[in-house]
Amino acid sequence: MDLTILYFASVREAMGRSSESLQSDAATLGQLRDALIARGAPYDVALARGKSVRMALDQVMRDEASPLAHGSEVAFFPPVTGG
Amino acid sequence: MKHPRVAIQTADFNLADEVAALRANDARVGAVCSFVGTVRDRNDGASVATLELEHYPGMTEKAIEAMIDAAQQRFDIFGARVIHRVGLLQPLEQIVLVAVTSAHRGTSFQACEFLMDYLKTQAPFWKRELTPRGSRWVDARVSDDAALARWGIATGNSA
Repeated sequence: MDLTILYFASVREAMGRSSESLQSDAATLGQLRDALIARGAPYDVALARGKSVRMALDQVMRDEASPLAHGSEVAFFPPVTGG
Repeated sequence: MKHPRVAIQTADFNLADEVAALRANDARVGAVCSFVGTVRDRNDGASVATLELEHYPGMTEKAIEAMIDAAQQRFDIFGARVIHRVGLLQPLEQIVLVAVTSAHRGTSFQACEFLMDYLKTQAPFWKRELTPRGSRWVDARVSDDAALARWGIATGNSA
């Protein structure tokens, strides 16, 4: 399925881009993260396990068990620091 | 037209104007509570020359609208207004405004603090500090997660 991926803040910097469109068969957000890490650089560093990475699915904060759908907008970013 | 509840903007805001608009023509209001966050010139032992705020356009507005809905379900408030600035900010400048109205003061005090605690850990903003030694992303604070936990809402933002 087709996905739109967005990156913000330190994750965006580690990725060297702010967005991309890609295809994936990952069923959940967590599986997508693992599939991207398996692609190697720069994903393996930007999204590394053990690093604090938060995720949003269609602009709502979600955990890794959340299911993906065709056309989903996924975002990866560090802990938020507004206010 | 109803005054919008949420604004994400580079421009500054005027507290008096915002409070006036929030309570205009609403004689039910007996209390207005507002919080203004400003840019400090020091953080974690380093002097800060400039703060840069990044956000997730679209999601930011939705997340804050959802927070205001949650505040209205939890507290007996009449109105709420949240403004958050983005882009480059200097020390002394205003960053964020939360203002709420209610019949009595206790409700407004509580709802205002609830919204700020929620915003700190759930709204997609990121601060970067430009210091004399270069730039660095601001780390999330465990104390902000604890502040939201007081309202019975668990978050692992800083984890």
